[in-house]
Amino acid sequence: MTSPIETEASNASVALDKDTAPKNDAGDGANHTGRSPGQLMWTRFKRDRVGMVSAVVVILFFVVSALAPVISKLYGKDPYTLYADKPGYEGLLDEFSLPTGVFGGMSGDFWFGVEPNLGRDVFTMLLYGMRTSLYMALVLTFLCVLTGVLVGMVSGYFGGKVDYWLGRTTDFFLAFPNQLFFIAFMPVVTALFVSPTDETPTYLRAVVMILVLWFLGWMGMARLVRSSVLSLREREFVEAAKVSGASRWRIVRKEILPNIVTPILVQGTYQLPSSILTIAFLSYVGVGFVEPTPDWGRMFATGSEIYEQNPAFMFFPGVAMVVFVLAFNLLGDSVRDAFDPKTGR
Amino acid sequence: MLQFLIRRLTGAVAIMFLIAAFTFFLFYTIPQDFAELACGKTCTKENIAVIRENLGLDKPITAQFWEFMGGIVNGRDFAVGHCPAPCLGVSFSSNEFVWDSIMDRFPLTLSLTVGGLVIFLTLGLGAGLLAAWKRGTIIDKVVSGASMLLSSFQIYFLGPIVLGIMVYSTGWMENPSYVPFTEDPAGWVVGLLIPWAVMATIFTAQYTRMARSTMIEQLQEEHVRTARAKGMKQRYVFFRYAWRGSLTPIVTILGMDLSGLLAGAVVTEFTFDLPGIGRLAVNSSLDKDLPLTMGVMLFGAFFILILNILVDLAYAYIDPRVRLA
Repeated sequence: MTSPIETEASNASVALDKDTAPKNDAGDGANHTGRSPGQLMWTRFKRDRVGMVSAVVVILFFVVSALAPVISKLYGKDPYTLYADKPGYEGLLDEFSLPTGVFGGMSGDFWFGVEPNLGRDVFTMLLYGMRTSLYMALVLTFLCVLTGVLVGMVSGYFGGKVDYWLGRTTDFFLAFPNQLFFIAFMPVVTALFVSPTDETPTYLRAVVMILVLWFLGWMGMARLVRSSVLSLREREFVEAAKVSGASRWRIVRKEILPNIVTPILVQGTYQLPSSILTIAFLSYVGVGFVEPTPDWGRMFATGSEIYEQNPAFMFFPGVAMVVFVLAFNLLGDSVRDAFDPKTGR
Repeated sequence: MLQFLIRRLTGAVAIMFLIAAFTFFLFYTIPQDFAELACGKTCTKENIAVIRENLGLDKPITAQFWEFMGGIVNGRDFAVGHCPAPCLGVSFSSNEFVWDSIMDRFPLTLSLTVGGLVIFLTLGLGAGLLAAWKRGTIIDKVVSGASMLLSSFQIYFLGPIVLGIMVYSTGWMENPSYVPFTEDPAGWVVGLLIPWAVMATIFTAQYTRMARSTMIEQLQEEHVRTARAKGMKQRYVFFRYAWRGSLTPIVTILGMDLSGLLAGAVVTEFTFDLPGIGRLAVNSSLDKDLPLTMGVMLFGAFFILILNILVDLAYAYIDPRVRLA
């Protein structure tokens, strides 16, 4: 028979001293091994069928995009060639420069059809467009998450004046109308790197886009991290670490960071598709990538210009984007549920 | 209330000033002669000198900045004439006052934003409530599924599809166009119906999901359970207790989402080829028409700040714990 006091004491020792935890479990007789939160999350996630399916879809998107050059080599076409002018492809476009085949010129040669006017291959255009968008979104999300975590950690952990000024800076950047800012600053920032009379190289456009989007992309994460750190800072285990003489850096790294990985990861999963959409938005309105770089967003601009004559052109880029965003959102929800099963959905 | 407004407006003015300064100095780091930009392609040396003097480009940057800021308050004189009070300068490419160009385009953007906002809030919150009310039933599943799917759509993908169905193939409706509300209210509604519908669909889907999940969270709160245990009517508990509580988080998210709303209006303008602020921003930015670009930026920031203050006012109305003073 154990008294409540004894129970409490043994619990406390489990929390304080990790080594005693397995012993207590073993006392139950069963062959229990300690499972880390990560393993628990993985077990829960595996049981979530929607989550698994969307994870597979997302991975598929990344694999296909990464393998774009290989796939297009096997498929035998590239996104730059104007096939309508090529010998052997006569009759690809009719006299109005519209594809002759069914549904935007779909055929065994051109799986997703042919682009009106120029006669490029839609399948490879989409592949390469997705590849650029995904790579850029990955880099961008990484940068934003990193900045947000740093700013949020510093302002949450140090508090006081540092927190006040970082908070005001965050508010200031939040007051920018971000889409208008992106539109306005793309040419300006480009002009910082390359003389306006010269041709802007494609890689530079990508770099500038990432810079501009990064500039206004970290605030959400910073706020989230700050509020999580604020609540963790006063917890007993942090106090215990402080009392035992741990350095600030160690406390931040070993005590606080592991505890905010979950919200960071969840927020990051939601941020990636929104990065892709913003990049697509820039190209869609015409300040992002220009011809002939294949780009996901610009396919919509072309598509809506010619929609009345040839609605099929937009079908594949559009469906691909909807499926991708949908899969990513569902994945984000599943990751959140797996980490925190309490949230009611 | 008055005190709150004064405080918020002062804050807004401070932020506007900072944004203006930031934009101004960043723009002026471009290694390029603005007089040349303003002059265009057919340009002589004398022209450039005249333009440089007219635009005050021969003065140091800080002096130019204060002149620009002074112009917003007092107005300025340019070679093209006097530019009255909220003067944001003269466009390089059209030689019109920036303020006038913006005012030409703004009513459309305002109609899209405000109209869209009213539509998606009504529909989104309504559908979310319904789904939470009927949680677990077929209605909930349909609403949640549809909103999940639709929130993954993009305006620029859904727009052409709707146009294709309603305009190109059936001819049920005209191509969207903009008529000022003051001239022809009916035409205003009819012309913007499709843009509103497309823009609102995506936002509605997002707000449906949000309203549903916050409602469900609220329904699990202790005070709601207590109210139920007391034997209160389901409907009363639902609206007076849970609904009241879930409005606050929704309004918070709305407040953070305002620039997204403006962005939605911009994309909608592009999708339906309507002449609004977004088109103006892109054209000016591609032309490197800096005064116009900057004017649009500042105006957009101002618009969002005003909407933000309105949202904060709504807060106090919704949540009695929030005091404005």
